[in-house]
Amino acid sequence: MNQTINSATTTEPMISLSGVEKWYGAFKALDNINMSVAKGEKIVLCGPSGSGKSTLIRCINHLEAYQKGDIHVGGIMLGHGSKTIDAVRREVGMVFQQFNLFPHLTVLQNCMLAPMRSLGLDKAQAEDRARTLLERVKISEQAEKYPAQLSGGQQQRVAIARALCMRPKAMLFDEPTSALDPEMVKEVLDTMIALAEEGMTMICVTHEMGFARQVADRVIFMASGAIVEEAPPAEFFSNPKHERTRKFLGEILGRH
Amino acid sequence: MGREEFLFLLAGLKWTVALSVVAFICGSVAGLMVALARTSGIFIVERLTAGYIAVFQGTPLLMQLFVVYYGLALIGIQMDAWAAVSVGLTLHASAFLGEIWRGSIEAVPRGQTEAAKALSLGYVSRMKDVVLPQAIRISLPATIGFLVQLIKGTSLASIVGFTELTRAGNIISNQIFQPLTVFGVVGALYFLMCCPLTIYGAHLERKFLTASR
Ligand SMILES: Nc1ncnc2c1ncn2[C@@H]1O[C@H](COP(=O)(O)OP(=O)(O)OP(=O)(O)O)[C@@H](O)[C@H]1O
Ligand SMILES: [Mg+2]
Repeated sequence: MNQTINSATTTEPMISLSGVEKWYGAFKALDNINMSVAKGEKIVLCGPSGSGKSTLIRCINHLEAYQKGDIHVGGIMLGHGSKTIDAVRREVGMVFQQFNLFPHLTVLQNCMLAPMRSLGLDKAQAEDRARTLLERVKISEQAEKYPAQLSGGQQQRVAIARALCMRPKAMLFDEPTSALDPEMVKEVLDTMIALAEEGMTMICVTHEMGFARQVADRVIFMASGAIVEEAPPAEFFSNPKHERTRKFLGEILGRH
Repeated sequence: MGREEFLFLLAGLKWTVALSVVAFICGSVAGLMVALARTSGIFIVERLTAGYIAVFQGTPLLMQLFVVYYGLALIGIQMDAWAAVSVGLTLHASAFLGEIWRGSIEAVPRGQTEAAKALSLGYVSRMKDVVLPQAIRISLPATIGFLVQLIKGTSLASIVGFTELTRAGNIISNQIFQPLTVFGVVGALYFLMCCPLTIYGAHLERKFLTASR
């Protein structure tokens, strides 16, 4: 397998998984996952439905428990006690397919809640930070609105800003554009591209292959809970090694 | 029925309102604990609260009041009728409200809790800031419906000798021998308390129905 990119770097990876296994009852959802993501690296994770992409990134912030293996995030080893889980969650932000904004809070309040509650910022500091980040995702004029008053694309950009308000060291994206109308996909991808250009460490589950080509340092392909192939995008798209990858690319690229 | 008698009924009404308010407030506090325990994810705690709820939902309120009133006296705890009835109604309300709110907590989409967790919010903040505000909204129509049941349920307190509205009506009716008039007035007084609540509950239900479309 292609492991050349990070094995050369000497600095500690931002995120690393070794020998991770996850079971749902008798069903093995993740099978011996080994991967390491350097600081500033952008990973695109793809694979057929049910291959375990969501499960994998949800293990990284322990939204899912896993049974075997180790996960390190920003130098913290993710244990199963709440101390290290909280510490890791402060370091990684997550963006969901369904946005998951808090509907009873305004855009601004959505962004202020976690910095106040879990970083201990006071109201003024949290508001300052929230407004700065809403500005960055180009949505500052909607700060006083409720999520339901925004379009899907706007909501997802708020969700990105909300996660960034924690000043995370890495960001996880789980199909952030899959629930959007086609005309809104671009504004969210542009926000993600801008974030990537600022040097954020990112793991993105997405089938937006244009985004993968433009932004990813590596594309990782999963099938049946295992990593089948990983390569830089140019190589991944032009010269896939495995039959399953070729079949998947055929389906996904043929669709567009 | 004269002024004197009507004032006596109003004195009874005062106790009905007091009982309802105390039972609802104390029952809400205890009911919140029940709902949180019931959704705690800790198996043994969830089973125990499920049992507590089942007992109160599966037995008549009258039995519950009897047990508190006579039962506690038997084991040596002396309480006057007012305190015993308050305790009985509070326990009753805590079980029913707990079950209503458990349902509402579970009706809040899982993604809300997941987003809160991903933002490293702890249990208290997840509940207080994210889940409960949404759950309370969802539960309002059912909660108001139960409040109406509770107000009418306080009439059972008359059986253990507590002079609330129903018992006041009974006393007056025995004095002036006009049961139809007296209980007509008593009924009207209950109706005046409950009907606005029922209308308000139906209004909220319609509002949420259109909001969720
Ligand atoms: N809570 C669960 N209980 C049992 N099985 C589950 C559960 N969640 C996921 N699975 C199974 O685990 C496998 C991996 O699911 P996962 O959601 O990670 O796939 P995915 O690659 O993200 O797919 P998609 O592209 O559809 O989002 C699937 O086969 C799924 O059915
Ligand atoms: Mg998924």
